Amino acid sequence: MAESIPSLAALRRHIASLDRAPARDACVRFATGHGPLDAMLGGGLARGRVHEVFGAGGEEGAATGLALLWAQLAGGNAPLLWLRSDGAARIGGLPYGPGLAALGLDPARLLLGAMPDDAMLLRAAVDALRCPALGGLVMELRGRAPLLDLTASRRLALAAEASGVTALLLRIDGAPVPSAADTRWQVAAAPSAPLPGNAPGHSAFDLTLLRRRAGPDGQAWRLVWDTERRCFGDVGDERHGDGRDRADAAAPLSGAGLPLPADRSAAGRAA
Amino acid sequence: MVRGAMRLGCIDADGLAIGLMPGMTLADARAREPDLRVFETDPHADQDWLERLCDGCARYTPNAAPDGIDGLMLDISGCGHLWGGDDALAADAVERLERHGLRVRHALASSPEAAHALARFPGPPAPDEDAAVRRLPVEALGLDPDSAVALRRAGLRTVGDLAARPAAPLAARFGEEAIDALDALLGRGHRPLAPRRPRAAVRIDRRFAEPIGSTAYALKILEDMAAEAGDRLAERGEGGRRFEAIFFRSDGLAFPLRVETSLPIRDAPAILRLMRERIDALSDPIDPGFGFDMLRLTVPQAEKLAPTQLALEGGEARREDSVAALVDRLSIRAGRARIQRLAPRDSHIPEQAQLALPAVEPRAPEPWQQLGDAAAEPGDPPMRPLHLFDPPQPIEVMALLPDGPPHRFRWRRGLHDVTRYEGPERIAPEWWHASDGAIAGDAIGRTRDYYRVEDARGRRYWIFRHGLQGAETPHPAWYIHGLFA
Repeated sequence: MAESIPSLAALRRHIASLDRAPARDACVRFATGHGPLDAMLGGGLARGRVHEVFGAGGEEGAATGLALLWAQLAGGNAPLLWLRSDGAARIGGLPYGPGLAALGLDPARLLLGAMPDDAMLLRAAVDALRCPALGGLVMELRGRAPLLDLTASRRLALAAEASGVTALLLRIDGAPVPSAADTRWQVAAAPSAPLPGNAPGHSAFDLTLLRRRAGPDGQAWRLVWDTERRCFGDVGDERHGDGRDRADAAAPLSGAGLPLPADRSAAGRAA
Repeated sequence: MVRGAMRLGCIDADGLAIGLMPGMTLADARAREPDLRVFETDPHADQDWLERLCDGCARYTPNAAPDGIDGLMLDISGCGHLWGGDDALAADAVERLERHGLRVRHALASSPEAAHALARFPGPPAPDEDAAVRRLPVEALGLDPDSAVALRRAGLRTVGDLAARPAAPLAARFGEEAIDALDALLGRGHRPLAPRRPRAAVRIDRRFAEPIGSTAYALKILEDMAAEAGDRLAERGEGGRRFEAIFFRSDGLAFPLRVETSLPIRDAPAILRLMRERIDALSDPIDPGFGFDMLRLTVPQAEKLAPTQLALEGGEARREDSVAALVDRLSIRAGRARIQRLAPRDSHIPEQAQLALPAVEPRAPEPWQQLGDAAAEPGDPPMRPLHLFDPPQPIEVMALLPDGPPHRFRWRRGLHDVTRYEGPERIAPEWWHASDGAIAGDAIGRTRDYYRVEDARGRRYWIFRHGLQGAETPHPAWYIHGLFA
């Protein structure tokens, strides 16, 4: 048994060299604009990685919006590709150009791919992630998505790392499974800070960090998308802050102080 | 089914021999021959088959066209000597077609119409073409049956009888088309053949002495051909937008592969990569059968492409890495219409304000104005949703007033309490197009009052009331039209 110990150490070293740890440290990050979130992540989300965004069944709008906006922030002026399956288009509606433009995404730079099934979608996604000219990729998968296992997500992650294209894996109505994603988020719509006349204000998102590859997780934030400055901000720094009633905007403050559901860790740490 | 009965469409030689006729009811035919084997008529499959055979005939001449529903017309002017004479060419074509179990009749003539008639109305050998045509029965003119019967009653049995008569009385009695048909048969008029394949900008053929049995080897040869096509395109300062490779099998079938690119290219590896994608996407793989004896690569559509400078060390980005290459690859694999780009459309009806176009079609990007209302300042929240439902989905709405804002609504079995709303934004139908803005079942569009609403959980929706209460409808229905981020 004695000779197995050095070989075990050698094996460990070999595995460590396979894991490409040095490359992971040196990744480029893009800031979301939300101070506490960027500080927590060490400067923002990592480019050239896979980020999972989970949204419940009724939260398509918020989850898709956040994924597209992050992809845009990651890619700058490069084109984005949004892959979805035919089923998603049937249930979730069609992407709407004027709405994208109003949110600050240029529809002319967005490519849409409607794939017949999830298998085709994943194949197309790997191909797209190998194309370094792409700014970002949003993959929309609905439901359980059994094809997206650890192997499939590892394949996506390797392709993304090689080309530097950021992939946003948008999971609507799905449950977290082990994956090679860099971060995993739960997104829900949040009540907006109302405009004068009690009109719905800027898009607000409740964000929970379910899992992170290197670092603590479990924090929750509330982000507001500023269409003028094209970045995320806090609920506090609103332009139309004067005439509104602060009654319901005051309750959830941003930062790590929000109460977390007790069963969160069990679901979130599946991987 | 014709006039309430199953009828016979086509009959083979054995059937004709026992007295069956096209148009006979199936019951009658069965009574005569109980063991009759019948198959349902499928004109589309027949047409497909004919077109494939026609593609296969491109080995003889580039000008080949289907002729009616059961014929092929080849313009072999100047092609015969490659096969050792026109008759040798015809014999080769007939032999190839007969290998499929077809019964083939052929004729050579100096005009398409004469060839058509001679092939369908065979007669005893004649000293020359003119004599053969004059010997044809009047049915060969292709007139309607009544005219043919009338000609026979008048004692005019052959084309020659008709040609000997003055034209004017014939035209008065049987119409201009009788004279036209006669002229065409006698080779006096000239009607061009419409070939199935238009002339391509670049065409490269490779014929093999021995058929090639392996698709992989055929693709290797195709790569050489693509390189040659690329050189030829480069000489002309062009790149191909569409490429077509045809694999001719030795038994006469042809497999065409077509690829389309969003930007002109002339790079052989890129062309081959797209061809391979196309092969992967085929539902049934290319079957070499007894081997391919000819390959052809054509570039049906070419566009200007400036000569590229060779990349200096580490200089230019490779085309393979570009988004256009990705779009081509995905479009070929998934289907042309599946990779789309949105284009604005000048309409204020929300669902008509955009078009989804295939991304492989090149198009100048058009500016998207901030739609919604003209008063939208930069920095206002979005006035238009991210997702649009087309058609809009009906919802149940409770409102305090019939023409007031929504208070609570039910959509997909969930109840939503409206906490904030903005509206109405009134969008009137386009009265200059009467039926625009109509939702299934309506003859004419109605005014829509749109509200941007937020429910208690912060989800934002775009909902509208369809029709003005009282003026257009007594009970306006509500619909959800979109989801905001």
